[in-house]
Amino acid sequence: MVATNGTQRIVIEPVTRVEGHGKVTILLDENKKIKQVRLHIVEFRGFERFIQGRPYWEVPVLVQRLCGICPVSHHLAAAKAMDRIVGGEKLTPTAEKMRRLMHYGQTFQSHALHFFHLCSPDLLFGFDADPAIRNVIGVAAKYPDLAVQGVMMRKYGQEVIKCTAGKKIHGTGAIPGGINKNLTIAERDFLLKDLDQMIEWSRGALKIAKDYTVENLEKVAPFGSFDSNHLSLIREDGAMDLYHGNLRAIDAQGKKIFDQVDYQGYTDYIAEEVRSWSYMKFPFMKQVGPEDGWYRVGPLARVNACDFIDTPEAEAARKEFMAVTDNKPNNITMAYHWTRMIELLHSIEKIKELLNDKDLQGTDLVVKGDRRGEAVGLIEAPRGTLFHHYKVNDKDQVTMANLIVSTTNNNEPMNRAVTKVAEDHLSGVEITEGLLNHVEVAIRAYDPCLSCATHAMGQMPLSIQLLDHEGNVLDSRSKG
Amino acid sequence: MIADSAKILLMGFGNPGRVDDGLGPALATAVENLRIPGVTVDCDYQLMLEDAAEAAKHDVVVYADADTKGTGLYSFRRLHPVSSMSFSTHSLRPAAVLGLAHQLFGSTVKGYMLGIRGFEFNEYREALSPKAQESLAAAIEFIEPVLRTASFDEAAARWPDVCEADKNTDKVLRPVNEVEICKMEKR
Repeated sequence: MVATNGTQRIVIEPVTRVEGHGKVTILLDENKKIKQVRLHIVEFRGFERFIQGRPYWEVPVLVQRLCGICPVSHHLAAAKAMDRIVGGEKLTPTAEKMRRLMHYGQTFQSHALHFFHLCSPDLLFGFDADPAIRNVIGVAAKYPDLAVQGVMMRKYGQEVIKCTAGKKIHGTGAIPGGINKNLTIAERDFLLKDLDQMIEWSRGALKIAKDYTVENLEKVAPFGSFDSNHLSLIREDGAMDLYHGNLRAIDAQGKKIFDQVDYQGYTDYIAEEVRSWSYMKFPFMKQVGPEDGWYRVGPLARVNACDFIDTPEAEAARKEFMAVTDNKPNNITMAYHWTRMIELLHSIEKIKELLNDKDLQGTDLVVKGDRRGEAVGLIEAPRGTLFHHYKVNDKDQVTMANLIVSTTNNNEPMNRAVTKVAEDHLSGVEITEGLLNHVEVAIRAYDPCLSCATHAMGQMPLSIQLLDHEGNVLDSRSKG
Repeated sequence: MIADSAKILLMGFGNPGRVDDGLGPALATAVENLRIPGVTVDCDYQLMLEDAAEAAKHDVVVYADADTKGTGLYSFRRLHPVSSMSFSTHSLRPAAVLGLAHQLFGSTVKGYMLGIRGFEFNEYREALSPKAQESLAAAIEFIEPVLRTASFDEAAARWPDVCEADKNTDKVLRPVNEVEICKMEKR
């Protein structure tokens, strides 16, 4: 590695075979002021080819290969699309509730993982804390009870998935038009056993996130924050619904841009802009345009966009959250953590509701109707709205697949967040590790999916580069 | 020497949809079919927090994953628990899982890493490359007697212990050449 401009130049290049890695480039001007900041997320663009020619009924299983982080979300989004292909979108109660249970299990474990594993070290130790302790092991050392809770909550969510979807890698729970199994009494009782503990721990996690945000509001309110539009699925009565509904978009003040839009026609509302410097596209709302039509997705957007949450404790938490901004949308980037924990509690409340529903032991599992050639499946994945769009020919083969994943939907907001943080904290000062971590903290708030499943030994999915005004690398760091 | 009655977990991980990245799960499937007494087999796309709880229930855990480097068809190395955290990737390395198993659950589980040489990763295809199939066959032939006789340390003696840069991933600004030196010294 070569030193340049009197500064040690340290470069750890991302391992090129790993797709889905991220890179932040911070370009300084001659006065060490921030000139430009960009978050590049390199997606692997071969999935459509992988799917083409495959029979449609294989797709809900195949798409799990797309992402080892949220295979259930892809599985369900694809299954919803294939429901329409077979004319079976009106599922039986057993099928729909089994899928919902699977989905809430996925959301529960994903949110728990993010909070305890990725975000809590920043909140508990501070953004500038020694990186040797600012990690999950540090949490384990200082807050062992909390660390164990994180592991066990994550494990519980995985058990819910296992009971509904089957094997971790070869899970086949959802099939076009339904589900391939119900929930046995033994499985139900197994999941009920630890349920109260999970609810209690969820309340605790929510309290940590809320207290942190409220007590540090002055610090976190401007941190990587900006006004934005928000997009999410919404139930017909305006309730938050993570599994199914119509699209609602609101602006930064809460004014509806569109509402109750059937996502089968999403291409009339959403377009994707290509920018030369990024492999990942930038979605925007057509009627607003690319300049101002970008939006946020995920927990913050969902809590902002919904009228209410249909479980009591999460609804009480939502009201408390919205009161901070006088019931206007909350545009604080760090508020993602608080809303994520509201959804954590909502998910476990939903799991409780479903486990006590006898429909889960029903035996009417699959429906079919008139065959279609094109369909869209959409779901609120843990990290945001996930679009799956397919065309299938009369030989039952997939001829087109288009996916807009949650992290792509958050592409512009994440870029704005890192830019804001760099301008506010890194401009004109000596860059320290703690300051660079501020950039990571802003990205982490969105819980992006950077590593898209390929992860053989030697991966390294994120790097940050600091460049001087001539483009020389001054500093860089990588993790993964 | 590990007791013959040791509770052993073999955990294969990787993505079968990314060609040779599926080596870990493929090996897990093959070992499961061998039905070796005392050996529990599991597989997943990647290692997560809850794998620490699972590892803690066992005396020995063998992680099997595709390896992008190496001259042999496979390698088998002793793992040492480390404190490590991935950045926004949601996954943990084997040594970090062991670290959590020790720290959170008071476990003394011993860990080993079976690296199986893969060659093709950069596309979506649910099939191992021909060369990776050779690696897989050799790795199965190697690991079966090791699991049956619980002779892990003896088997791992041929290779240096895993010296992961993981140990220092949270120590920033770490030059690449320092990592390489670490690996070379171990060899």
